[in-house]
Amino acid sequence: MDILNAIVAFTNFVFIPATAYGAQLALGALGATLVYGILRFSNFAQGDTMAFGTMATIYGTWGLQAMGVSFGPLPTALLALPFGILVTVGLLLATDFSVYRFYRKQKVAPTILVIVSLGVMFVMNGITRIMIGVEEQNFTDGERFVFTAREFKEWSGLNEGMALKTTQAVTIVTAVLVVAWLFWFLQKTRTGKSMRAFSDNEDLALLSGINPNHVVRVTWILVAILATIAGVLYGLDKSFKPFTYFQLLLPIFAAAVVGGLGNPLGAIAGGFVVAYSEVFVTYAWKKVIGYLVPADMAPDGLVQLMSTDYKLAVSFIILIIVLLFMPTGLFKGKSG
Amino acid sequence: MISVQNLHKKFGAFHAVDGATLEIATGSITGLIGPNGAGKTTLFNVIAGRLPASCGKVLMAGEDITGLPPHELFHKGLLRTFQIAHEFGSMTVRENLMMVPENQAGETLWNTWFGRGRVAEEERRIRDKADEVLEFLTITHLADEKASNISGGQKKLLELGRTMMVDAKIVFLDEVGAGVNRTLLNTIGDAIVRLNKERGYTFCVIEHDMDFIARLCDPVICMAEGKVLAQGTVDEVKNDERVIEAYLGTGLKNKVKSNA
Repeated sequence: MDILNAIVAFTNFVFIPATAYGAQLALGALGATLVYGILRFSNFAQGDTMAFGTMATIYGTWGLQAMGVSFGPLPTALLALPFGILVTVGLLLATDFSVYRFYRKQKVAPTILVIVSLGVMFVMNGITRIMIGVEEQNFTDGERFVFTAREFKEWSGLNEGMALKTTQAVTIVTAVLVVAWLFWFLQKTRTGKSMRAFSDNEDLALLSGINPNHVVRVTWILVAILATIAGVLYGLDKSFKPFTYFQLLLPIFAAAVVGGLGNPLGAIAGGFVVAYSEVFVTYAWKKVIGYLVPADMAPDGLVQLMSTDYKLAVSFIILIIVLLFMPTGLFKGKSG
Repeated sequence: MISVQNLHKKFGAFHAVDGATLEIATGSITGLIGPNGAGKTTLFNVIAGRLPASCGKVLMAGEDITGLPPHELFHKGLLRTFQIAHEFGSMTVRENLMMVPENQAGETLWNTWFGRGRVAEEERRIRDKADEVLEFLTITHLADEKASNISGGQKKLLELGRTMMVDAKIVFLDEVGAGVNRTLLNTIGDAIVRLNKERGYTFCVIEHDMDFIARLCDPVICMAEGKVLAQGTVDEVKNDERVIEAYLGTGLKNKVKSNA
């Protein structure tokens, strides 16, 4: 029975949270990788785009709640998502029109665009904080659990409980749907094909009569959709705080780089690699090991490789290792 | 059709195109020859909007097109191919061709969602067209092959095929025959002549294979060190003193003469 308990503890404390977190990172990294593949720069404003989209969605959620609308057991924020996406699309298109377009016309080097995006990041950062403040916001409502630890214990008769939060289930289901949709879009639709063509070979795409303005516009729209969904899922699962979203930039880029910048499949794989690594090194394994070894060998300490305070360091280390030894990532991206 | 006036292109201190002036007549197949480094490809790149000109003008049917971006030139019917064939590696040969016609309804998000019927209808039409082109180029069997997997020569055919997907006015072919075997080269030559005769395409062809040039081109323009040296029929250019000198150098030229 102890092995079962160990598995349950592992699933409950490591597998489920890491999978949900990985899905959120994957969606964020997809946005970053699309910008890199098509507009050819690392968009530092990705984290703050997520924050802005989440903020817009939170206002939408509050509006709906004030009108007495709810989504039954699911978070109301899901209903407000289209509104948040629309506002974010507006912001990104306006940013492109007023900022990036100018530099694109000058055909500036990618490094300059990176610094430009850093500026955009600070502005978005400011907008979000002015509009909603710097404090933490909890906007999750509806049913808290799909099943609770106690229900699981009663059902299984094990010592160890396992819970599945609604937000975790929502995250995983939404991420699967969004990724499936994105891949269908890129592979099958004509719009998606012109984006792939543009990413493959920009010169040839231009000489094939593909309108770059369409491609750029569609890219920003997709980035807004992905970033808002990623941000809202993260916020539902944990909580919303502008600074946390800014910090997400690091794991997101680690994920995109691990998978290979510019490669959508890589971004998803990278998201999970980073999330699992982070949770694996910061989880205290005492309990799981305690179930697996004889009682007298059970560890006294927490068996935690690294304090959760340092979890960002994990992304940083992954980023450095990948850039040193495998600069194009797992799925052969465009970096390196 | 195309009139290049006193065109300069500098890369730092290097003068790649040094005051080139030339005309490409409507309906002609103009050959552009010259030793390596003569500035032929740079000239193409400037005309086709890939590089900005340092100074000088390019006119198309009297209209100034200097510095227009490639997709706008495409819209005006000016197309080009690359010396090293370019392709969308992750797509099939047919999909590569189907990317070409511009302003496809399916390119906007709106139509992707709300104009399904129109997009599907358009795609059928373009697909038929692509199949026609593939048949014309005798590469129907490659239609569903990934473009990154086909041979260099076949990529050249694909490049030519791309220009056939629309009604081009003028096509710039950059060493369309390089690395292509004789049989394939003849196919390409035939295609060029047919497009010229049947559809009225004007061509400007960079090529090192003199037989190919002699068979297709009239007139021929010879460039060296960024300047236009000579212009005329193949024989005139071939026998031009300055052209021989540019190719062989002064010393070697005298040697060839003394041997003869």
